[in-house]
Amino acid sequence: MNAKELLNEYLHSGHGCCPGCGMPIVMRHAFQALGERTIAVITAGCFGTISGGFPSSPLKLATYNTPFASTGAAASGVRAALDIKGDTQTTVLAVAGDGGTFDIGIQALSAAAERNDDFIYLCYDNEAYMNTGIQRSSATPWGAWTTTTPPSNLKSQPKKDIVQIMVAHRVPYVATASIAYPEDLIRKIKKAKETRGFKFIYAFSPCPVGWRFSSELTIRIARLAVQTKIFPLYEVEEGERYILNEDPEGVPVDGYLKLQGRFGYLREGDMERIQENVNRQWKRLMGRVEGS
Amino acid sequence: MKKLMTGNTAVSYGVMLSRAEVISAYPITPQTTIVEELSEICADGRLKAKFIRVESEHSAMACVAAASATGARVFTATSSHGLAYMHEMLHWTAGTRLPVVMVNANRAIGSPWSIWCEQGDSLSQRDTGWLQLYCESSQEALDTVIQAYRIAEEVLLPVMVLVDGFFLSHTSEPVEIPDQKAVDRFLPPYRSRYKLDPDDPHTFNIMADPSIFISFKHDAQKAMDEAKKVVARVDREFKAHFGRGYGLLEKVRCADADVLFLTMGTAASTAREVIEEYRKRGKKVGLCRLRMFRPFPARELNKVLSEAKKVAVLDRDNSLGSGGIVAQEVKAALYGAARKPKVFEFIAGLGGKDITPETIGEVIEHTLNNVNPGGEPIWMGVQE
Repeated sequence: MNAKELLNEYLHSGHGCCPGCGMPIVMRHAFQALGERTIAVITAGCFGTISGGFPSSPLKLATYNTPFASTGAAASGVRAALDIKGDTQTTVLAVAGDGGTFDIGIQALSAAAERNDDFIYLCYDNEAYMNTGIQRSSATPWGAWTTTTPPSNLKSQPKKDIVQIMVAHRVPYVATASIAYPEDLIRKIKKAKETRGFKFIYAFSPCPVGWRFSSELTIRIARLAVQTKIFPLYEVEEGERYILNEDPEGVPVDGYLKLQGRFGYLREGDMERIQENVNRQWKRLMGRVEGS
Repeated sequence: MKKLMTGNTAVSYGVMLSRAEVISAYPITPQTTIVEELSEICADGRLKAKFIRVESEHSAMACVAAASATGARVFTATSSHGLAYMHEMLHWTAGTRLPVVMVNANRAIGSPWSIWCEQGDSLSQRDTGWLQLYCESSQEALDTVIQAYRIAEEVLLPVMVLVDGFFLSHTSEPVEIPDQKAVDRFLPPYRSRYKLDPDDPHTFNIMADPSIFISFKHDAQKAMDEAKKVVARVDREFKAHFGRGYGLLEKVRCADADVLFLTMGTAASTAREVIEEYRKRGKKVGLCRLRMFRPFPARELNKVLSEAKKVAVLDRDNSLGSGGIVAQEVKAALYGAARKPKVFEFIAGLGGKDITPETIGEVIEHTLNNVNPGGEPIWMGVQE
């Protein structure tokens, strides 16, 4: 991306994000990478709710709000209408949070991926229902506090592996992305734009309010997630070719976990358990990278 | 050209002749043959449209709504559980003021499972902001689909066209297929007034705070009020083009009738025969077939009903705890009228039970032989 492109703002002030929210950083980069010939399909969740109130919008893009379960289907509809009118140049960008992707929206998402409809689905993952006030989703990590997983009953299931679910659809392009690695994020959005068929971009989006950390730590936490190997940066082409983008030395997970109040109820041995799980998952990923 | 075709085939032809551009649907009995037929029509190039085979009805409606917002003429079809599954999206589509046209093959909603005809599936969606037009014949189904696009695109509200499951969806009748050029003259290509456009970016369905939300709903209500006139006018224009018209409601032998039999859909066909029998016996019985249920044509209906002494409303639905939905609306329409008939209420034909000439005969006999309605709807054909 050249400096001129960075001057093109599509997400302006006036949105209602909390201070330190990772999501508008994801969106700002994504919009800049895509440019003005973009139609955004958004849904309930933080982005849908904070993106302005009638009659003003902070978004300088054609944008369509659709109910929670339907992001994938609505984006397919926009694409079909553009195609039948002969407009194959406009990019359709579907945006949903982890709840709208992992949980209520997974059916429509899976169907759109299976049809290989030509649009980018961008999931910003803040690991719980943050917009409604921090309730667990299937993206909430093991051991995390939320208002529906109180200290006496912390989340006792691992996070759903949405990337593998999408890879299993053998779509042309799946990539993870982080706001701590903006050049990588922008490159992936651009690559998705140039790829025909279904694209899934999965962006890590720290939430100061829900994760209980101080708002100036957002980027640091996003970087730590990559450095601890909790959130690996990689791409998968055609469901087969794995490309690792960052190969960190591996900062111990406690450095990441201890910055966040939501992990403040972990018991003795839990940190080690999380570390072991991260190591195991990384090994599995390396096996896929090497095997492809 | 005349062809023998089922109600569902007639619907498919209506969609083809209307030149729908994006179709998205999910199969459900008894709507499925519409989807099959349209798949073929799109595949062999008779219709240049994108056909999106979604994984659910919720997605079907979300998909066509978004396509409509992008400026395309769209179509979907469903039935029963599928319509119920769309419920959220029905509100959303009407709220977005999108001219979506959908055909629903009326079928009971379980439990227990039933695949057979009942109008409760669509009547229970009456508050979602869709126009509802109930058809009696395959010809009317084809013609109404074409009319529906004209209506929807003028008032910017979605239109639901209803065909009775199996009785209409799967019954073959001779149908006059309008000439494509004539349809093109009647229904020009869709030019959306508002659409998703990168050259003129706007946000659809943004948050409306409490100071403004009510105004959106009031605007939609005004559009619904206007729709009543538009449905009537479009039907008149259709008649001028094609020689067939249906009105908001149909009157058969109503002028001098003491007893009016009122219903929607295919039961009216059976009732026509029964009424003629009564007329032969010198009984002044008439038929009022309600075609438009939303917006409810209260004034037009009052005009017809006020001349009669009694009206027998046959509902192929029931709102548990309240009674037949059509009867409720009829009674509400009559409230405050200077002259009003006594309303006898009947529930019949739920879950596909036949509404035979005998059923209608019993309804009329009961209405003729009783001075006053009993206060509760009478259920026809219940096994004790």
